[in-house]
Amino acid sequence: MRRQYLWIVAAAGLVGSVLAARGASPAMAGAISGKVTYTGTAPKMKPIDMAKEPSCAKQHATPVTTENVVTGPGNALRYVVVYISAGDEGASAPSDAVRYDQKGCQYVPHVAVMRVNQPLEIYNDDQTSHNIHPLARVNSEWNKSQPIGAPPIHTTWEKPEFIPVKCNVHPWMHGWFLVLTTAHSAVTGEDGEFSLKGLPPGKYTLTAWQEQFGTQTQDVTIGGSETKTVDFVFKARPY
Amino acid sequence: MRPQPGWLSLVSACGAVLLLGGVTPAPGQEAHIGNVTGHAAAGKPLYTRYCAGCHGDDGDARGENAQWIDPKPRDFTLAVFKCRSTPTGTLPTDQDLFDAMTRGFVTTNMPPWLPLTPHNRADMVAYIKTFSPKWKTGKPGTPITIPPEPAATVASILHGRELFQKMECWKCHGPAGHGDGPSAKTLTDNKDDPIRPYDFSSGSRFMCGVTNRDLYKIFMTGLDGTPMPSFADDIKPADAWDLVHFLRTLQPLDTPEAVIWKAWLASHAGELKPIGPEGNGQ
Repeated sequence: MRRQYLWIVAAAGLVGSVLAARGASPAMAGAISGKVTYTGTAPKMKPIDMAKEPSCAKQHATPVTTENVVTGPGNALRYVVVYISAGDEGASAPSDAVRYDQKGCQYVPHVAVMRVNQPLEIYNDDQTSHNIHPLARVNSEWNKSQPIGAPPIHTTWEKPEFIPVKCNVHPWMHGWFLVLTTAHSAVTGEDGEFSLKGLPPGKYTLTAWQEQFGTQTQDVTIGGSETKTVDFVFKARPY
Repeated sequence: MRPQPGWLSLVSACGAVLLLGGVTPAPGQEAHIGNVTGHAAAGKPLYTRYCAGCHGDDGDARGENAQWIDPKPRDFTLAVFKCRSTPTGTLPTDQDLFDAMTRGFVTTNMPPWLPLTPHNRADMVAYIKTFSPKWKTGKPGTPITIPPEPAATVASILHGRELFQKMECWKCHGPAGHGDGPSAKTLTDNKDDPIRPYDFSSGSRFMCGVTNRDLYKIFMTGLDGTPMPSFADDIKPADAWDLVHFLRTLQPLDTPEAVIWKAWLASHAGELKPIGPEGNGQ
């Protein structure tokens, strides 16, 4: 009797989820993809000397440099955040956490994107103490020590803001928390490419942000299940 | 509550009607220090007279004297404060601001404002809170709980010394607390201005008070806006007192802790392992 009841529940659940999937009509979701590149001369990143922190220095086989402007083949720009800055607000934050690591005395990833009120977990994977100091202005600035083997720091951000992050003990450590309202964002990889999927038909403003070169915006209209191509070209200044 | 003359009650009643009509008072326009209530409107002329020269008319640390001052005056528009009883990332209590104003900031251009009446100072606290919207949207943090201080012993000082090594305090404050650790010269505050770590051998007062309790608060709340982080997640309250006891031995003062420590060191100095990159502080 009990077993039979369970089967009925399971069957109902299956039908329900199929209906829900149809309701979302994936056929009507569009996408935006493209590439971010630069013209001109990109600044040369500065070498980082970790000699004062041997436990970190030995984790790097190749020389480590600053990451303000990271380029790839074909003038590609890495760590550019492309996101919907208008036309996609109001969705509630996902409950899955964004992970941010302090590893080899660097922030991994260099730029982390998260939503307003989305859980953020900060780990210290190093054999040295770090202090994690998000220099928030709109949100609250705080500064916490995270010694060797300390548990992750759990936090959230209440308001959208681009927050620089630094470690005062290791002054070369520099990263970003990008707190967004949109569910649609991407960080470009080494090839400079990005892709935003699952966009309902509508008018959007697409913004590309690079920490040193600033922002660019383009308006995009998604009519149906199409994929629009949008490229961004930043003018690089060597200094 | 003071007895109010009849006409004042009438004015209050009119005010209440106005409020109901849609005019809301700006929150954060009052400050509560014990029994004293400060009012921003009364604080404004005092601020203009005593504070604006450095902190600026708009509280943005751009007063006409600011360019000559190092460290720079506090920027009240950020609502980030060093000396708090509340956790890192939270607003200070009115009492915290009142105490900071009363005490002044040693080794800076901020003098103690003790000569002004408590009421004047409470009014100024209320006015300072009008410079940032954070006082309207947020509330002060809950002050941290500080257990009673146990007596300092050789054991507590030794344990504090271990923590000084383990928490890597020496990275900035130096192995002997001289403010000369490997990271000391690179430190900057939240406005990218250079800032020095405290040199315990200077014998000067701490930034946020002179008592052991003040010292406890400094590292358990962090000095927000500076490189000094909060250790509240990493040091248990009982252990924090041990660190306080050790830090007191770094000062060139005859503190009770220093007396105990010197007596012990006279016959045990050789047993200590060095503090620093190769040491383990035991």
